[in-house]
Formats: sequence, C-alpha cells, structure tokens
Amino acid sequence: MTFSSRLLNSLSVSKVAAILPVGVALSLGIVACSPQTTTTPPGAAKTETKAEAPAATGGKTIALSGAGATAPNPLYQAWFAAYNKKNPNTQISYQSVGSGAGVKQFLAQTVDFGATDSALKSEEREKFPAAAGKPIQVPSTGLFVVFAYNLDGVKDLKLSRESYCGIVDGSIKKWNDEKIKKDNPSATLPDTDVTFVHRSDGSGTTSIFTKHLVKACPNWKAGADKSVEWPTGTGAKGNEGVTAQLQQTKGAIGYTEFSNAKSANLTMASLQNKAGEFVVPSPESAAKALSGVTIPEDFAVSIPDPEAKDAYPIVSLTWLLFYSTPKDAAKGDALKSFTKWALTEGKPLATELGYIPLPEEVVTKVTAALDAK
Amino acid sequence: MAVSPNRELEPMKRDRTPFARNLDTAFVWLTGGFAGLIALLLIAIAVRVGVDASPAMAKFGLGFLFESRWNPVTDVYSAFPQIYGTLVSSFLALFLAVPIGLGVAIFLSEDFIPAKIQRPVVFLIELLAAIPSVVYGLWGIFVLIPILRDLGKGIHQSLGWLPLFSTSPSGPGMYVAGIILGIMILPIITAIARDALVAVPIELRQAAYGLGATRWETILQIIVPAAFSGIVGGIMLALGRAMGETMAVTMVIGNANKANISLFDQGSTVSSLLANQFAEASGLQVASLMYAAIVLFVLTLIVNILAQVVVKRVNRI
Repeated sequence: MTFSSRLLNSLSVSKVAAILPVGVALSLGIVACSPQTTTTPPGAAKTETKAEAPAATGGKTIALSGAGATAPNPLYQAWFAAYNKKNPNTQISYQSVGSGAGVKQFLAQTVDFGATDSALKSEEREKFPAAAGKPIQVPSTGLFVVFAYNLDGVKDLKLSRESYCGIVDGSIKKWNDEKIKKDNPSATLPDTDVTFVHRSDGSGTTSIFTKHLVKACPNWKAGADKSVEWPTGTGAKGNEGVTAQLQQTKGAIGYTEFSNAKSANLTMASLQNKAGEFVVPSPESAAKALSGVTIPEDFAVSIPDPEAKDAYPIVSLTWLLFYSTPKDAAKGDALKSFTKWALTEGKPLATELGYIPLPEEVVTKVTAALDAK
Repeated sequence: MAVSPNRELEPMKRDRTPFARNLDTAFVWLTGGFAGLIALLLIAIAVRVGVDASPAMAKFGLGFLFESRWNPVTDVYSAFPQIYGTLVSSFLALFLAVPIGLGVAIFLSEDFIPAKIQRPVVFLIELLAAIPSVVYGLWGIFVLIPILRDLGKGIHQSLGWLPLFSTSPSGPGMYVAGIILGIMILPIITAIARDALVAVPIELRQAAYGLGATRWETILQIIVPAAFSGIVGGIMLALGRAMGETMAVTMVIGNANKANISLFDQGSTVSSLLANQFAEASGLQVASLMYAAIVLFVLTLIVNILAQVVVKRVNRI
C-alpha cells in the first residue's frame, strides 16, 4: 500500500512537473498583461483581486492544505502555483489521494479543504463535524471522459452509442464489426481484437464514465460506481497505467479523462451524443453540456447524458469542499479568495490543461454562495 | 589438553560483579522483550485486520473463498480469482526461479571462477533485490510485455490445445506476473542458498573427496543436502515475497476478476486487489478487502508451516 501510494505521488509529481512550466508561463503572462490591458474582463478581475488583497496578504503567510480527487490534480497544482505567484503569502498544498480519501480527510478535519469528483452523499453529510458548521460544496471545474484508442492509420474514429456500448459490454469483439464500420466508411478497420482497457483502481473517472453508460447503454448491467464489475477487458491501475496499456497494445481502446489523453497525445474518438450528433471531444464541446443546466443549492449538478445538440456526452463537475466555520477564519477567507480567483482569472489555465472552464452563470452563483457564508 | 579451556574460563566467571550480573539479566530481558514485541505486533495486526474484516466474514462466510464476484455497486464480494491468482503466480515464479537460483548459487559457491570475478557477480545478484518493485513493473510494461506477447502468440498457435495456453495473450496476464515475480525472487533464493552452501563445513567436502566421491557426487549428495534447510528457508522467504508482492504484479497482471486455467489470460492477486481497491473503498468493501488480507495471512502461514514440515522430514533422513 505504501508503495502504491508512493508511486502515485511520484507519478503525479512528475506529471505536475511536466505541466508546471505551462502554468507558470501562463501566470507570468497574466501578471505581465494585467497592468497594461484595461479591457473589461481582466479589469473586472483586477478590481476584485485588489479588494481581496488585504485579506490575503494580511502580513503573515497562510499555508493551506487540501486532499482529494486525482483527476483535477494537474489543474489544481497549476492554479496553486500561479496563485502563489500573485499572492506570495498564500501557499496551498494538495495531495491527490483520490476523492474517497479526500472526503474522509475532509470529514476528519485533517485538511483545510477537500476535493471530490462525486458530490457529497447524504450519509457523508451526516458525518460532518458540527463544530465546523456546514460543508460548503462548490464546483471548481468540469471534467470530461474520452475514448482513446490505438489503431494504425485510423485517425477520426466515430463511435455511435451502439458501438461504444458494445465495446464496453464485450459484444463487439473485432474492430471491423459492422456497427463500427457503418459510421466510419472511409476508415480501413482491421480484423484485430478489440482490447478494452479500464481502470482497475477505484476512480472518479470510472464513476463519471459508468454513470453515463447507465443512461446511454440499454444493455449495461454493471451499474455505476468508482469501481464496477467489468464484463470484459483489461484492468490497469491509474491514468498512467491506462495510458501505458493504450500505447502498448494495437487494437486497444479505453476511457480516460481528456486532460490526461491530451497530455499523453492519445488518439480520441468522436462520440454520438443523446441528440444523435457525433461530437469531437474538446473543452468547448464539453462546456456546452454544462450550459443551461439548472443548478441546485449544493451545486451537485449531475449531467450523465446531456441533451444539448452539440454537447459532448460524458461530462461531470468536480468540487471543492470547505467548512462554513473553519477553525482559522483567515484560512477560510484565503480559500474563498483563491476560489474566486481560480474561477475567473484561472479560467485560461483550465482550458489550456484540458478542463472545462465553468460557465459564467455558475461562476456568479458560486461567488454569491461564497460571499453569503 | 582438556583442562586448559576450563582454566581460561574460570577467572572470567570470578570477575563478574553483581552489577555485571544484573546487566546480564537486564540484557536477557531486553532482548526477550524485543522478540516478544515482534510477536505482539504481528498478533495486533492480525486482530485488527480480523476485527475490520468481521462484517464481511459474517455476511459472506466461507463462500467468500469459492465464488468469483467483486461488485462494489451491489456490495457483493468474494475472492476466489484472487486466491487462485496469488497461488498460481507465486508458484509459477518459484517454478522458474528455483532451478535458476539454485544453479547460480551452486556455481557461485564452488571455485569454478576466480574469487576476483566471483565476488562482484555475487554483489550484482544481491543488488537485483534492491531494485524497487515499481521499476520492475514499469520494465514489465514497456519491455517484457512486448517481447512476451509475441512469444506467447507463437506458443498459443502451436500449443493452444493445452489448457495452459488456450487463450491468445493480449499483453498483460498471469504469465507476465509469474515471470516478473520469478526475476524478483531470484536474488533472494540465490543469495540465501549461496550463503547456506558456503556455510557447509569444509571438512564435509574434504571427507567426501577423501572417500573418492566425484565433484558431482559431492555437490549433489553432500553439500546440497547439508545446506538443505538453508535453501528451503530461502525459497520460503522468496515465496512469501512473491505472494505479498503488490506493485509490480498490479501493473502487469491485467487485474481481471476471473480465474482461468490459461496462463495467458488476465487475472489478479489478493495483493493487487488490495492495492487497486483500498484507496477508494468504503463500508462493506473495506471489510471484504480486510477479509482478503486475512486469507493472504493464512495462506502465508500455511506455506511456512509446510516448509517447516519439509525441512524436518529431510533432516530426519
């Protein structure tokens, strides 16, 4: 166990190290730009940061620690680094230990904030320590899950619902199956086995993916959870395991989070959404799934199968968890300042790294919720 | 002649002051305490794991050992594929590593090569044991699997009628796990077996030669049997390592929840199951993982007892 977690840490650290330069460069860009340009969006953000500056830089350094979801970890690390550049007195550290462990640590009050890929359940809310007030759950960004594959010479694979449902339940065994051929008339699909690669460890990505399958695939029997009983396929541990498996095996197809597929240069398939359109995965098409959804009080938006015409189908939010009355009020204020910054000025970083920047109406609601408490 | 050692010992005995004697007693108690602490730690772990496992034990009973369901959605768990996978991968590893390890140990304990070369070779083998298992795992994914997959496809095509090779290898699988484990436990077997062989008194060897035994006979009938308990001890330690190995196996075994006789199929082990599921588990799933851990505990215990029995048997002969 120690070994695996050590591996996870080291891998995520290396991943962060690879992404960090982008984040730093971008943040430098932001810093460099903001004094010169006084156009409306940065200007608005600027006045906001000015207003909160005294709170965040109240003299002494505030060190915040958080734990939770692995999928948004690259973005969080980039955000924290960029934010620290702007506000040297706020240092945020984050352990990407997984959503489940993050929620546990959050409930046990061993961290200043938690992060999770699946919204707090009612039994988790019941365990919340009364001394810390209420749990505040706000979305930080959106994730979307793609099908990545390894097929020589096949570039823009289109997968209908029938096709990808058949791949995950094992009923499509060969790449030249009629169901796949039908939507890809120009591609030369080989007569090789379809090797479906899934996560073997409990994962928020699996949860997002299987929640979609439950809605989209009539034959899907395994249900939805962080890990399920897969009817077919090879299990690989962690994003890096799935990536390695996909790169190694001709004829392999698996699901992974877009930011990971993008940084690993995996080939991704277009998926048919509920409206019947084939949609190329991109932050823009995924963002369409988020626009126009009704947002409940606790921000627990669930969109397992978005209706919008051009929306990418496998999308979810990921959340940050705060205490409404933290032990140290200064820390709570610093977290709020950071969150507001991340949702406004931090948006370009999200797009850059392959996450969905939250739509304007959601940001407004989150800001209001943070100010209210 | 027989008197002289006594004469040397006696003054030492007279020199012991009451303080020194108390120190002796304290030392005995202290070391005894340390030894007891280890036993206590083991018992504490077993009890703790047992308590955490009790909800799953109550729910699934012994059926846990014989069924193949692992479904966190409906909260139904059993670990037959993992138990099967643990045993198969470990014994496959032993099957590969014992002959090679023992051969290397014999070669390095005899004077076939000059000591100047021998010592670095021994050192290098011991260094194999220091490679972190995650490195073995990565090496398995990126180097071993591509080679073995093509090799396995050939074997499947020609010997596919044998149940052992009845599925086509798709990359990771039981066979890769067995081979990686074999390589990982090789240095343990070699190092311990060599130490045991070197420790065989030179008189035995000289006596064998004196009686006219050839080198073959000396090695196989005198040296190896004399070192047998040490060799078996090394093998058991290696088996324990193989059964408990987590990271490398998780990375190459395929993590499928099934028990297939074919070595080319994917499987999982108890340790890989724990490594995969523990971080995000809750409720009954945690209890079931603890139950699986207990099973691994018991499996290791059985293996160790068997080893003791084997050593006793052989020593009697």
